[in-house]
Amino acid sequence: MTEILSGNEAIARGAWEAGVRLASAYPGTPSTEILENIAKYDGIYAEWSPNEKVAMEVGTGASWAGARVLVCMKHVGLNVAADPFFSVANTGVEGGMVIITADDPGMHSSQDEQDNRNYAKFAKVPVIEPSDSGEAKDFIKLAYELSERFDTPVLFRTTTRTSHSKSMVELAERPELEPLSGMTKNWTKYTMMPQNATVRHPIVEQRLLDLAEYAETSPLNRVEMGDRRVGILTGGAAYAYAREAYPEASFLKLGMSYPLPERMVAEFRAKVEKLYVVEELDPFLEDILRAKGIEIDGGKDIVPICGELDPGAVARCLHGAGVPGVNEDLLAQPTPVADDLPGRPPTFCPGCSHRPVFNVLKRLRPFVSGDIGCYALGALQPFNAMHCSTCMGASISMAHGMAKVLEPPRDPKDKIVAVIGDSTLFHTGINSLMDVAYNKGNILTLILDNRTTAMTGGQENPGSGQTLLREPAAMADIPGLCRDMGLDRVITIDPYDIEEVERVLREELAYEGPSVVIAKAPCVLQFKIKRAPYRIDSELCTGCKRCLQAGCMALNLLVDGNGGRKVEIQPDQCAGCGVCSQLCREDAILPPNPGETGLKGAYAKEAS
Amino acid sequence: MSTTQTDMQVAGAHSSGDEPGLERATFNMLLSGVGGQGVVLASYVLSQVAMAEGYDVKQSEVHGMSQRGGSVTSHFRFGDHVWAPLVTPGTADILLAFEALEALRYVHWLRPSGLLVYNAMQINPSPVAAGLATYPPEIDAQIQRAWSNVHSIDANGLAQRAGTIKAANVVMLGAVSDALPFQSETWEAVIRRVVPPKTVDVNLEAFRLGKEAAEK
Repeated sequence: MTEILSGNEAIARGAWEAGVRLASAYPGTPSTEILENIAKYDGIYAEWSPNEKVAMEVGTGASWAGARVLVCMKHVGLNVAADPFFSVANTGVEGGMVIITADDPGMHSSQDEQDNRNYAKFAKVPVIEPSDSGEAKDFIKLAYELSERFDTPVLFRTTTRTSHSKSMVELAERPELEPLSGMTKNWTKYTMMPQNATVRHPIVEQRLLDLAEYAETSPLNRVEMGDRRVGILTGGAAYAYAREAYPEASFLKLGMSYPLPERMVAEFRAKVEKLYVVEELDPFLEDILRAKGIEIDGGKDIVPICGELDPGAVARCLHGAGVPGVNEDLLAQPTPVADDLPGRPPTFCPGCSHRPVFNVLKRLRPFVSGDIGCYALGALQPFNAMHCSTCMGASISMAHGMAKVLEPPRDPKDKIVAVIGDSTLFHTGINSLMDVAYNKGNILTLILDNRTTAMTGGQENPGSGQTLLREPAAMADIPGLCRDMGLDRVITIDPYDIEEVERVLREELAYEGPSVVIAKAPCVLQFKIKRAPYRIDSELCTGCKRCLQAGCMALNLLVDGNGGRKVEIQPDQCAGCGVCSQLCREDAILPPNPGETGLKGAYAKEAS
Repeated sequence: MSTTQTDMQVAGAHSSGDEPGLERATFNMLLSGVGGQGVVLASYVLSQVAMAEGYDVKQSEVHGMSQRGGSVTSHFRFGDHVWAPLVTPGTADILLAFEALEALRYVHWLRPSGLLVYNAMQINPSPVAAGLATYPPEIDAQIQRAWSNVHSIDANGLAQRAGTIKAANVVMLGAVSDALPFQSETWEAVIRRVVPPKTVDVNLEAFRLGKEAAEK
């Protein structure tokens, strides 16, 4: 049976067909849908771990217990999980272990475009890269065989285009599995004290040599001979682009990017007049080839190192370097018909509880140390109220460092504010907050608690009260956690009550010492919260644009022929939160029924 | 309607289909719109229809931040063998735009004789809503000036007539269906299969209205 699946769906299917028993991950674009899909299959325990390091360790433990496991993360997640990743690279596995790293060339939704093939070389494990969904499914199954045969975790690298593109996949079934019982105590292999670790290192080095030998005849790597004037060595998404751009050329397509099949490459080199390496991001394959003395006629000197490739980019750069046989249709590069079209950047959803908080932060003007989540949109217009945002959990610890070296605040706006969401707090922010409590920090930590991991599409987290498998779960109590760490100034507020947000933030900016403010309201997108729309009394609207400082998609500025300004509300967009109404000084924005207050007060019972 | 039947057939004729032994060229289609408009579901229907008709299919869109009111594009390609999941600017046979500004933004992705079908409605981007930028004035006229092979559709109005504005994406599929080499039975079977059971009739009516509007 054939189905059209995304790369992520195909990986989930392949893991199920391979008999995987456990899958763990922390959500991160473009990897998220793998676990969401794997959770639909029977026979696999799947969980959202609080962060990627935990996910890697959960997976390692299950592998050591004999199960085939899948651990998934986006590229930067592997930075978080690097410590246990290197550990299991050293110890090896019992049940097959495949680690997905979903890289994001072009940074569609990431803070960098690091090339995680480098991690394979660094940790001395093989890395496999599919070019489409069909390969993703087939290669995953092969990856488990490799993992067990060579006693190694296997790094499986996708990119945004292989994870999110859809193509045809041939489906198969899952084998019957025997139950697992009891741990085997193999302490010399799994206790990495120096006396045991020194034994492991030469084993790992030999493993790489064995894998390189395997690569010579592996079905993962293949030669497709065409026009012998042009040889292209490539893999992953870049292979598809290069095939499109140079349909008649000869290809060495590597499904395993590390270690390389040296003889296979040398033989291919000998068969073609010129050899070009086409790869996205780093000169990973190119550097290995050059180190082995294999002559190449073009690599990163002609193929861009920054950003995502596409068929047009590959066609232009090779053709520009004089490589014959280009698909000329791809060279057009037409220009947009107008260069001044307004952009359509992402923005907070109508009704989002983050909007009123950033409206107030903008007016109070502190330095805001931000984090990773929807609330990073607070850095954009009309708020411009986030001044740094780098990696998960860093908002609090970076704010703490800033406050430690700056003069004590002379004015409330001098106090540093850290803004972080609930899922990011559980991920790694909790350690940072512990540091603030322990080392007598003087920052205001603002936790935007919407009970979900919203940016990646609403995944459960330790505060959601529900697991990935839709089972009821313990619900972490954020005020309780803060107090137990020794932070006694913890205030929960209603983000939809702008007066309350402003009053509390003013007080806490003026306070000397660490304090925590929790703005708590459920995500309107994830929990489908939509109330009757507000309306505007256009007689009363003066067009002052104060409501537009809420940055809501439902509000629209109308300008008539005489330059007169009025705001209108698009009822199909409006979620009825009432934030704009609170900002209006003319009482021109009216609730659907007199006396109603939108979402203000809707969650009062939960506030403590 | 600004397009003749002959123009509509240009894109369809490009996939030089039925002669045995002749490889069918890859057909390129770009869909553009705004998060929440159903661009992704429309792409899914197209992929399923093309697969049911025996084509190789590749389709690509970017998830993530696009769900917060940002621009959404989806690349859809089919043929005997499709390599890349991405359409290259200047090679699209069809641009199916779900909103006027998103038609103007991507119209240069069409190959010279390519067909633009767009939903003649406006959704303000957030900078426009906030009074920080202006929506392009007289956008329909701008689109007509920029491209000759254009078909504009009141997809929201037609969807409303079919029963729900949510079916505007299926109206768009109906409007573009004559330019694609797929059988109407295949369209119907796929729509029946992928939409919620209670909405089958509404969606089939939406498809019919879109198709009818394009034929006028």
